[in-house]
Amino acid sequence: MLGKTAGGLYWMFRFLERAENTARLIEAGFRMALTRSSDASSEWQSVLQTAGVRKYYDATHDDYDAAAVVNFLLRDPKNPSAVLAITKRARDNARLVRTALTTEVWTAVNDNWMTMTDLLKRPVREVDLPDVLATIRQQSALVRGAMYGTMLRNDIYDFSRLGTHIERADNTARILDVKYYTLLPASASVGGRLDNKQWETILRSVSAHRSFGWLDEGDMTATSVTQFLILDLRLPRSLAFSVGQIVENLNYLAAEYGDERESHGMARALYGELKGRDIADIFDQGLHEFLTDFISRNNALGGQIERDYRFVG
Amino acid sequence: MEKPDMFDEMLGPDGVRQPYSAYHSWFEAQDAGRLAKKHKEAEAFFRRTGITFNVYGQADAQERLIPFDLVPRIMSSREWSKLAKGIEQRVTALNAFLHDIYNRQEILRAGRIPKELISRNEAFLPQMMGMTPPGGVFTHIVGTDIVRTGEGDFFVLEDNARTPSGVSYMLENRETMLQMFPELFSKIRVQAVSNYPQALRQSLSACAPKTCDGKPNVAVLTPGIYNSAYYEHSFLADQMGAHLVEGHDLRVVDGHIAMRTTRGYKRVDVIYRRVDDEYLDPLTFNPSSMLGVPGIMDVYRAGNITIANAPGTGVADDKAIYSYMPDIVEFYTGEKAILKNVETFRCSEPDSLQYVLDNLADLVVKEVHGSGGYGMLVGPAASKREIAAFREKLKKKPSAYIAQPTLSLSTVPIFVKKGLAPRHVDLRPFALVSPQGVNITPGGLTRVALKAGSLVVNSSQGGGTKDTWVLED
Repeated sequence: MLGKTAGGLYWMFRFLERAENTARLIEAGFRMALTRSSDASSEWQSVLQTAGVRKYYDATHDDYDAAAVVNFLLRDPKNPSAVLAITKRARDNARLVRTALTTEVWTAVNDNWMTMTDLLKRPVREVDLPDVLATIRQQSALVRGAMYGTMLRNDIYDFSRLGTHIERADNTARILDVKYYTLLPASASVGGRLDNKQWETILRSVSAHRSFGWLDEGDMTATSVTQFLILDLRLPRSLAFSVGQIVENLNYLAAEYGDERESHGMARALYGELKGRDIADIFDQGLHEFLTDFISRNNALGGQIERDYRFVG
Repeated sequence: MEKPDMFDEMLGPDGVRQPYSAYHSWFEAQDAGRLAKKHKEAEAFFRRTGITFNVYGQADAQERLIPFDLVPRIMSSREWSKLAKGIEQRVTALNAFLHDIYNRQEILRAGRIPKELISRNEAFLPQMMGMTPPGGVFTHIVGTDIVRTGEGDFFVLEDNARTPSGVSYMLENRETMLQMFPELFSKIRVQAVSNYPQALRQSLSACAPKTCDGKPNVAVLTPGIYNSAYYEHSFLADQMGAHLVEGHDLRVVDGHIAMRTTRGYKRVDVIYRRVDDEYLDPLTFNPSSMLGVPGIMDVYRAGNITIANAPGTGVADDKAIYSYMPDIVEFYTGEKAILKNVETFRCSEPDSLQYVLDNLADLVVKEVHGSGGYGMLVGPAASKREIAAFREKLKKKPSAYIAQPTLSLSTVPIFVKKGLAPRHVDLRPFALVSPQGVNITPGGLTRVALKAGSLVVNSSQGGGTKDTWVLED
């Protein structure tokens, strides 16, 4: 496979994942703002922070009004990670690697772009927001379904999945890091409804609100939420799950190509930080320090994959 | 349908022409509402599949659809075989001409065409002198633009010997018709076009360098996703099972061209390039080109890569050379040209120039090196002011122009709200040339001017396309 094609697949799926996660962030933020209107502004700040676009926002805005933030996250041309912009970039990458995709996957990505271009032509009214956010997630599910159902399980699939999971691990880690102070055991001792709401928002941001309830029988503590999002292998958006998938897809590549590259060692080492780890241990290290370290190592892993497989010349 | 005032390929002077009889009776039995719905479906299908082209010179670089008309253009197999013979003769002559121009230049020595036409031709590449490309083929893929004016009257309008585009539309139009009207194809036997990608691959592989052992590695070289024909590039690569590469995917490794893969550099044997000559090699041609491969011309001259079409083929398809095509065909094949040329006035010649200036309102004047329907004057459709402005341009640089009489192009009906309406068409069949021979896919791309009376069929200027049928015997 061409290195460029591997890169196109990887980035296409990173952008798709990012668009979907942004929709979730907005959904959670919106809900939070509805239920705790007094603190809405700081809630939107942390959403922008999590999405990693606060500096772009602050450059052009003075306050954190819900409509302005939502518009910025969905469609503002000044936001390089706006859903509209990255949907287009995902589709550009899909065009670039068109020959590596099945018609079903290509059509799903193209449909996604056409739908988004149409939905986000003008600012989304508040009453339409739930539908728009649902559509973003639904479109993303269609692409994933087409991929799962029609693509050969070879290196094409592996590079696509690597993109998805590098991005997802990054996103989940950011969500946690922006809220890490609410998750520190110290603040947990304060207890009370307000903090519970924060944890709920975090869970909603990764669509794990209901699954958490199912698995832990509703016992929502800082430790259990953190444990769930970082270490639980059953949750498809946890750090351990995402990195486990990265290791697995890299192993498939090694089997297909007959050799391991530097990224294999890095991925295994990163997985070693998570597998069988005790959450208390992570709190001892310092949650923020742990997450910062994770984000930078995950990033470095992504960069190493790009070099190992010659995405660019 | 309203009575056409030119030669209409469906409704002749004596009623429905034979090749259309089965289709016409099917059409008459259709419900107009259903057809209108099908028409909408076709458009949605094209958009979803991403069969679009980018229009240059527009700020938003929008992707557009080329409108598709659901009424096929139909030819009998007898009409087609005459055309195909003519095309084969013509592309054979084109290749012989190119080989001659870049080697012994016998045709110049014989005085059959003026030397300046070559020496002053911007498309002539001195770097190609003395070259015989692998397989001996210069122009592997030719798209010959043909128009019709009457029952047996076909004219060649242009020989596209560089990088003719449009073949993806030929294939997708048929695919769309098959999906929309399967019943038609069981009723009417139409010669298939779907073999084109395999034929292209075989034809290119047959021209692989001698140094290539085993199955040749074929790649399509595209300028990238923002190129107007990118869809076609990816489509052809996909259908052929070839790699779709950009210049930065390739480099010279040990005297060969190699592409950067996830497992290191891998040798490429044949490049079907959709990048213009000028951008092919920054070391040889335009030094600022980012689209090409530095050093590819050295590899090419050493015989280690096949480039299709060969660099420098443009010397054979500009409009000044065109006017000599009957001589060129005769010179190399020893036969009279089967397909007629449109009468052409070379404005470089004083007598012709005077005639053209005197008759601008009745002529079509084209730039010698132009394409895409840009920069031309269609006399009968132009305003007095446009003609006056063009007269000045023409006087300034007469040798840059040729002129032709306006032909009364044939019409084929398109589907409109009221039913059928005649519109002018042309035809671009695609010929593949290899040492094994010439392969011409039956039919080709029919382009249609969607505006009533308009003669401009170019997609960049509002033209559409039709599926083209050649009937089985």
